[in-house]
Amino acid sequence: MAIEKTYAEINAKIKSGSVVVMTAEEVISLVEEKGVSEAARQVDVVTTGTFAPMCSSGAFFNFGHPKPRIRMQKVWLNGVPAYSGIAAVDAYLGVTELPEDDPCNSNYPGEFRYGGGHVIQDLLSGKPVKLEAVSYGTDCYPRKDLETYITLDDINEATLFNPRNAYQNYNCAVNLSDRTIYTYMGVLKPDLGNAHYCSAGQLSPLFNDPNFLTIGIGTRIFLGGGIGYVAWNGTQHFPGIQKDASGASYGPAGGTLSVIGDLKQMKPNWLVGTSFIGYGTNLTVGIGIPIPILNEEVMRCVSVSDRELFAPIIDYSKAYGQRIPGNLGFASYADLKSGKITVNGREVITAPLSSYPRAKMIADILKEWITSGDFYLTEPVRLLPSHKDGITAKALEVKDL
Amino acid sequence: MSPKKIILRFGKDISTKPVIYHLAKDFDLVFNILKASVDPYKEGVMVMELTGEKYEQGLEFLKQEGVRVQPLAEEVSWNQEICTSCGACTDICPTGALHINRPSMEVEFESDNCIICKACVTVCPVRAMEVKF
Repeated sequence: MAIEKTYAEINAKIKSGSVVVMTAEEVISLVEEKGVSEAARQVDVVTTGTFAPMCSSGAFFNFGHPKPRIRMQKVWLNGVPAYSGIAAVDAYLGVTELPEDDPCNSNYPGEFRYGGGHVIQDLLSGKPVKLEAVSYGTDCYPRKDLETYITLDDINEATLFNPRNAYQNYNCAVNLSDRTIYTYMGVLKPDLGNAHYCSAGQLSPLFNDPNFLTIGIGTRIFLGGGIGYVAWNGTQHFPGIQKDASGASYGPAGGTLSVIGDLKQMKPNWLVGTSFIGYGTNLTVGIGIPIPILNEEVMRCVSVSDRELFAPIIDYSKAYGQRIPGNLGFASYADLKSGKITVNGREVITAPLSSYPRAKMIADILKEWITSGDFYLTEPVRLLPSHKDGITAKALEVKDL
Repeated sequence: MSPKKIILRFGKDISTKPVIYHLAKDFDLVFNILKASVDPYKEGVMVMELTGEKYEQGLEFLKQEGVRVQPLAEEVSWNQEICTSCGACTDICPTGALHINRPSMEVEFESDNCIICKACVTVCPVRAMEVKF
């Protein structure tokens, strides 16, 4: 008989303490041993995790109104500009934003020691952050400038709202040129000197729900050490299936998530300000998503292992920057994690940018939350587009004016 | 005098020259090579202990030959509290002092294998590597 479970049934088991939860790593051997049907019968929830730099992240703030009031036209937090083209004392701070006096790459490769991501981590660490604002002054908002210190406790709202996180899959970056290059994928040594990848592979949330059968708008998640929600699909949500020139399938390509949550209940060890030499700043974000085992098909999807997941190998010295289509082949996450892959017939050493040990900790924490009855699952208000929706990427055409 | 620890860095033009042989033959210095590596681009790093009456002359000779000499007085330290075990440093570290422990994928630092090249200090995305004097 086919196995069917509802969100309500799983939540009832969480409440009664009888829920069975496994991580996406643990469930692989269970399915190998007992098969999909038996595993689906035994397990109610599978937890996933990822901990990696996620550029499209940031936070909305409401600072509260000073006396006299100001319509903040420009805002800086520890010297890092925040976007304030919204209501009077609201602002959005993006994690890749840099201080206005940062030398950037004028002394190449630049260090990029501090940016928006670091401000967010400082706020979470309880450190006072300098707030500066200027304005033109209006009849209702007479103040023209402001300089003070704030902490996370002092302000009304701080909402982490990340437009694109949790990439389903990501490129494996290499360098075919004869010089070292500095990228958002780290330092790539010349002449295939190394290869960098960035995914938790078999633990990664969207690799475990490749057809978007369970993750959707309103899904409750682990976000930055606290609770968050899936808000929407992420920007550049292209949940296609990657294929090689012969048409052979290499699994999911690149769905993404937009996520939201109250920053005040998050933790500085799960939202970490990050710097890439020669590139810029970022925020390393911890995300964990529970996958309810609604049926055998969902169980089959979560039992995927690193051997069956593949990253496209891309040259970042030319092909990436110049948008030259194609790739140098695919590498399995099992091979990427082994420390060596083969590219153009040569052995190339690999290193990750995504922390597998931290991804595993997130999946374990989420498992503990659910098992102890502190975390209930939510049924999505609407599921997200999948590969069946045929979404393809649009390029920006630079028109002659 | 007691042996001094020094780091020698060679460009690819020097890695084919027998400079260490000359330290022993011409300056009567006793050397003990602790670590030596030549990367695929023929740039070499050597950490050695060196003793002898003509120590200063020997060092002068090395500098004239284009070898960059640095005393091993600094130390690179790994802040385990800050490190996220991402792994981005592990293929940049030339000696494997920073490496991934498999299958746990945890990053480990063996300071004995560190040659203080400091590549990790700028590469670490979360600044977990620090230089101490």
